[in-house]
Amino acid sequence: MSCLQDTSLAEANSFSPSMPISPSSMINQYKFEDEPELKDLFVTVDDPESHITAIETFITYRVVTKTSRGEFDSCEYEVRRRYQDFLWLKSKLEEAHPTLIIPPLPEKFVMKGMVERFSDEFIETRRKALHKFLNRIADHPTLTFNEDFKIFLTAQAWELSSHKKQGPGLLSRMGQTVRAVASSVRGGVKNRPEMFAEMNEYMETFSHKINILDKIAHRIYKEEREYFNEMKEYGPIHTLWSASEEDIADSLKGVASCIDKCCKATEKRMAGLSENLLPIIHEYVLYSEILMGVLKRRDQIQSELDSKVDALANKKTDKDLFSEEIGKLEDKVECANNALKADWDRWKQNMQYDMRSAFTNVADNNLRYYEECLATWESFLASQTVDHHGEEDSEDRP
Amino acid sequence: FYLTNVRTVLFFRAVESQNEGQCSPVDSLWRRYSEFELLRNYLLVTFPHIVVPPLPEKRADFVWHKLSADNMDPDFVERRRIGLENFLLRVASHPVLCQDKIFYSFLTQEGGWKEMVNETGFQLKADSRLKALNATFRVKNPDKRFTELKHYSDELQSVISHLLRVRARVADRLYGVYKVHGNYGRVFSEWSAIEKEMGDGLQSAGHHMDVYAASIDDILEEEEHYADQLKEYLFYAEALRAVCRKHELMQYDLEMAAQDLTSKKQQCEELATGTVRTFSLKGMTSKLFGQETPEQREAKIKVLEEQIQEGEEQLKSKNLEGRDFVKSAWADIERFKEQKNHDLKEALISYAVMQISMCKKGIQVWTNAKECFSKM
Repeated sequence: MSCLQDTSLAEANSFSPSMPISPSSMINQYKFEDEPELKDLFVTVDDPESHITAIETFITYRVVTKTSRGEFDSCEYEVRRRYQDFLWLKSKLEEAHPTLIIPPLPEKFVMKGMVERFSDEFIETRRKALHKFLNRIADHPTLTFNEDFKIFLTAQAWELSSHKKQGPGLLSRMGQTVRAVASSVRGGVKNRPEMFAEMNEYMETFSHKINILDKIAHRIYKEEREYFNEMKEYGPIHTLWSASEEDIADSLKGVASCIDKCCKATEKRMAGLSENLLPIIHEYVLYSEILMGVLKRRDQIQSELDSKVDALANKKTDKDLFSEEIGKLEDKVECANNALKADWDRWKQNMQYDMRSAFTNVADNNLRYYEECLATWESFLASQTVDHHGEEDSEDRP
Repeated sequence: FYLTNVRTVLFFRAVESQNEGQCSPVDSLWRRYSEFELLRNYLLVTFPHIVVPPLPEKRADFVWHKLSADNMDPDFVERRRIGLENFLLRVASHPVLCQDKIFYSFLTQEGGWKEMVNETGFQLKADSRLKALNATFRVKNPDKRFTELKHYSDELQSVISHLLRVRARVADRLYGVYKVHGNYGRVFSEWSAIEKEMGDGLQSAGHHMDVYAASIDDILEEEEHYADQLKEYLFYAEALRAVCRKHELMQYDLEMAAQDLTSKKQQCEELATGTVRTFSLKGMTSKLFGQETPEQREAKIKVLEEQIQEGEEQLKSKNLEGRDFVKSAWADIERFKEQKNHDLKEALISYAVMQISMCKKGIQVWTNAKECFSKM
C-alpha cells in the first residue's frame, strides 16, 4: 500500500497557495522567480545542550521548523531531540520506503580517535550533520511528506516517546535487512534488470573511490596541520634574531611578520577543509553504504517475486491464488524499481552538485590562501626596495 | 674565474679568467676539498686579524627528509661547488687576502702547491687551542668591542642554527602537503571513468593536482640555495670568534709579559735595597740558611737588569703589535659588518621573491583546477 504513495510523485510537489501564511514563516524563504519548486518547509538544528541524569549523559539539539503547509497545525515549531530520536526517524523512513535513498546520519561513535566523545568539535560536527540530514529529508519529494517526519519535527518529548512505542519497531526492520543480506549472500538476483546491474557496478566503483578520497582528504588536512605547527615556530626566530642586529633588524622583523601572516592564512585554509570538503566526502562514504543497501533491498523484493514465479511453474494446483499473489508482487517490484530509479537520478544530480561545490570551495580556499600570502610578501618586498637605494638584485651572487 | 665540478672523486676545477696577467699559461686545474681546507687554514694563521671567509660544509647538515644526507648526491655536490666558488670569490675580492701568493698559486699552479704551502711553515705559527682557551678564561682587560663581538657571534651562530633547523622542518612539511595532493590525480582519473557528465572535469582537475604536487621540487631546491646563504654566515660566526680569540690571546700575552716585567722589577728592587716585601721561598731559605754574598747579589741584579731591559723592549713591541692588531682587525670587522648586512638583506629579499613566485604558481594551478571543478 505504501508503494502507491511512492509513485504518486505528481502529488509530492503540491502546495496550497490559498493557505494563510504567517509573517514569521516568510523569513528567508521564497525566490518566486528563481525556483520552480517553492520551498515551504524550513528546518534548522542548533543549540546543543548537555543533559545529565543518574543513568546517563546525553546531548539534545534544538530543532526549529518553519512551514506554511496545511498539514501542520502551526507554522512554527521548536522541539528538542537527541541522537536516538534521529536514529528512530531514519529507521522509520527506511521501513516505509525500502527502496528510497534515505540520507545518512552521522556515526554513533568516532572510530578515528581524533576527537573526544563530547568535545565541542565532535558536537558541532554532529550538529551540522544532523542539520543536513533533516534538510535532505525536507527537500526530498516523497520523504518530506512522511508522517513520522512530521511527528519528529512537531511532537513534544512525551508525545514522541509514546508514538515511538507504537508500530512494528526494530525487529521487523532487522528482519528485512537480514533477508536482504541473505539474498545477496546467495549470489544476487537472477533477473536483475540491466539498469540496476549498472547501478550496482557504478556503486561498487564509486564506493571504492569515495573511500580513497576520504583518506586523501584527511591526509591533506593532517599535513596542513603539521605544516601549520612548524610555521608557528618559524616566524618568531626571525624576531629573536632582529634583537641582535641593527641594520637588518627591520628586514628580519618584516620577514617574521610575513611568516606569521602566512601561518594564520594556512590555519584558515585548514579550517575550510574541515568545514566543507571533509564532511561532504564523509557523507558520501556513508551514502555509498546506504545505496548498496537500497540496491540489495530492491534485489530482495525482486527475488521474492522470482521465487514465487518459480514455485508457480512447479505447482499445478492453486494457480489462481498464486497469480493473484504474483500480481501483487509484480506491482511491488514495479513500484520499488520506479521509486529507486527516480531517487537514483535525483541522488546523482545532488551528488554532482555537492561534489562540484565542495571541490570548487577547496579551490577557492587555496586561492584565497595564496592570494593573502602573495599580498603579504609583495608588500614586504616593496618596503625593502624603497630603502634599497635603487640597487638591483645582484645576479652574480651564487 | 669560476669553478666547474666534474668527477665523482670530487675534484673541482678552477678556471681562471684571462685577465690575470702572470706568466703561468695554465688556465684550469684540479683541486680537491682538502686542498681548499689547507688554503683556508693557511690564511687563518697568516692573517689572524682578518675575518677569513668560511668553506661550505663538508657533510650535508640541516637536511630535511627528502634531501639525502649523502655527500655524493648530485644536488649536494653542486651546492658545494657553488659554495667553494663563492669562497674563492670572497677571498679574491678581499683587499688584503687577494694579494697573497699562496692564494694566487692555488689558482694557477697545479703541481707542487701543497708542498709550497707546507714550506711556509704556517702550521708552526698556529696557536694551540689549549693556549687560546686558557687566554679566553684568564685575560683581564680585553678590548670591550671584542667582547661584545664575541657575544654577537655566539648569538648569530645560535639563532641561525635554530632558524636553519626549523626551516628544514617547515620544508619537510610543505613537501608533504604538496605531494599528498598528487594522490588526487589517480583517484579522479579512476572515478571519472564511471561518470558521464563529471568525467571531464574530474580528469582535467586531476592533471592540475599532479602539476601542483610536482611543483614543490623546484621550489624547495631553490630554497636550499637560500639556506646555503644563511649557512655561510653561520660559519662566518666562527671566523669572527677566531679573530676575537686571537685578540684575547695577544692581550693575555701582553698582560703576562707586563706582569712578568713588574715582578722582575720588584725582585731587582728587593735585591738592591735588601728589603723583602714579597714572600718568596728563596727569601725564606736564605734567611734560614744564611744570606748570599754581595757578589752573588750583584750578579743576580745584573741578570735581572738585562732581563728587565729585554722585557721592556718586548712589552713595547707587544703593545705595538696589539694596537696594530686591534686597528687592522677592527677595520676588517667593519668591512665584514657592511658585507654581512648587505648580503643578509639581499638573502631575505630573495626569500621573499621565492615566496612570491611560489604563491603565483599556486594561484595559477588552483585557478585552473577551479575551472575544471566548475565544469564537473
